[in-house]
Amino acid sequence: MNAHICGDYKTSYKKDMVLFQTPFSKFWIIVFLVSLCIIPLFLDDYVLYVCNMIGIAIIGALGLNILTGFTGQISLGHGAFLGIGAYASAYLVMDLGFPFFIALPCAGVITAMFGMVFGIPSLRLKGLYLAIATLAAQFIIEYLMVHVEFVTNGVLGKMVDFPSIMGFSFDTDLKYFYLVATMAVIAVTVAKNIVRTRPGRAFIAIRDQYISAEVMGVNLFKYKLMAFAFSSFLAGIAGSLWAHYVTIITPEHFTIGVSIEYLAMIIIGGMGSIIGSIFGAVFMVLLPEVLRSLSGVLSGEFPMIVNLFAAIKEGIFGLIIIGFLVYEPDGMAHRWQMIKAYWKLWPFSY
Amino acid sequence: MWPALSPVLQEAIGTMDFFLQLLVSGVVVGSIYALVALGFVLIYKATGVINFAQGEFLMVGAYVCLAMVAQLHIPFWIAFVLTMVVTVVSGLIIERLALRPMIGEPIISIIMLTIGLSSVLKCVVLVVWGPNNRVYPQFFSQVPIHLGPVVISQVYIWSVGFAILFLTLFTLFFRYSSSGIAMRAVADDQQAALSMGISVKKVFAMAWCIAFLVAGVGGVFLGNINVVNVSLGFFGLKVFPAVILGGLDSIPGAIVGGLLIGVLEALTGGYIDPIVGGGTKEVIPFVILVIILMVKPYGLFGTPEIEKV
Repeated sequence: MNAHICGDYKTSYKKDMVLFQTPFSKFWIIVFLVSLCIIPLFLDDYVLYVCNMIGIAIIGALGLNILTGFTGQISLGHGAFLGIGAYASAYLVMDLGFPFFIALPCAGVITAMFGMVFGIPSLRLKGLYLAIATLAAQFIIEYLMVHVEFVTNGVLGKMVDFPSIMGFSFDTDLKYFYLVATMAVIAVTVAKNIVRTRPGRAFIAIRDQYISAEVMGVNLFKYKLMAFAFSSFLAGIAGSLWAHYVTIITPEHFTIGVSIEYLAMIIIGGMGSIIGSIFGAVFMVLLPEVLRSLSGVLSGEFPMIVNLFAAIKEGIFGLIIIGFLVYEPDGMAHRWQMIKAYWKLWPFSY
Repeated sequence: MWPALSPVLQEAIGTMDFFLQLLVSGVVVGSIYALVALGFVLIYKATGVINFAQGEFLMVGAYVCLAMVAQLHIPFWIAFVLTMVVTVVSGLIIERLALRPMIGEPIISIIMLTIGLSSVLKCVVLVVWGPNNRVYPQFFSQVPIHLGPVVISQVYIWSVGFAILFLTLFTLFFRYSSSGIAMRAVADDQQAALSMGISVKKVFAMAWCIAFLVAGVGGVFLGNINVVNVSLGFFGLKVFPAVILGGLDSIPGAIVGGLLIGVLEALTGGYIDPIVGGGTKEVIPFVILVIILMVKPYGLFGTPEIEKV
């Protein structure tokens, strides 16, 4: 089944861009999707909770990776965009009485609009300057989340119900898992298809050499805005799913720390790589959980760990980011490629 | 005060006093902004890196000096000098371990690296000194100084004085000393500087040392004005509007930008916050930042980048 010729013998562009390079990979994707449907039935609530958080993080990280990894536009405001999605969806469902399945895409669209507004400066600003502009966006949106009280209920937080579609309420971790998993699979598929078609190629061209891209006929303004819109659309979806899952949202959930966490996801996972976003999201969600259980074990001997857990978590988080940047700048996706390449010809590798 | 004056006039004088008071506190905070912004601009000029950990450098400076004064009972001025030594050494270590491997990496990686650095520094401070607020033992005299209608506490005068001292010192350093000129050369063109026999590595190390030093000094004075806690780290983010306003690569720009943002913050804090209820003070510099970026992206004194294929 793993009959894969040694070397690349692709003769057309179409062959190079095909979604599944081998029947083998198609087979494993299907196995993965089937197990995604079956395995959750045997998991306990805590594991399902972690899985749901991973699913939401995957959607958000995909969005950021499209913008930062593929288009090269650094955004330090992703956390705030998640917040906009969360509040938009909460407001639509709780105050205006929209059904969830309409509020979810609406939240995405509203966030996309905000993203486009903050994307406009990107035409004039590059690199560092854009990073600082998005940092400003983060702070301004945070301020709005605290002060526009008729929508957000300010620092007190806003209560949100579990979503329900046609009277079916996603009120357990298991039911929510299927919702999140479906959305994540759709998001990955859409993202994968965007990056292998014209918009994706335009994004990469802008990242690599924007002047040449413009000369080649890529409309910079259009594609940069498109990247911002798509990225914040996914952030909005992730925010909405998050809000309806944790059921109470406050502005503290969408601080600069969240933006940094998402940036860390795509750097650890691998920038400019769809599978990298998934790896990064899994890693960054699992990390605090692993640390928490570790601190539970160690707290018997070092009682101070419990008090300082947040601080130590942040420190380890920082060290991991630095470690990845220094030793594995292309992230886990690169490592994954290496492992795959190694096993491809195993045991007769040369 | 002036019993003969009409109430309207009295109120006008009262508002004037209030305004001056705000102005003074704005200038004080602004001068510390300028000091931290100087570190920012320096690193950017010499190495092309934006340092998101500048606020944490400031926090470390404040804590180190505090520990020496409050826990080891070292006299303040000696502790102050020792803090400067510690910050310079830390700057060297950080440059060597974290920043040097990153030479030539894309901007986003370097930004993320400094962000990672900031979380590590925050963690170290929290583990060593704990999360509680701390205050410096009273060192500067409490007796305020009256300048006309404005009342200024002595620590304010000291911080502005030191900020001016350091800013002049470094301006002179860049203009006249050979190391300063070497730094400017590296900032201008690394290859040309290398071929003239300038050690780029040394220059990078020096830039980080100086940046850590000025931030540490700023931290000591800020700690004397306010309480010392981990949120001092946010100060670094608030310096961004100042550097953008002044221009990322201009030292006079850092000074002007720092002062302007400090004054603006104090004025919004005094006049607008009571109306809308808090928080405006923190956000207004960023609103200004967005406007500047849209209108004049290279700030008041920055050099525009000209890009070629």
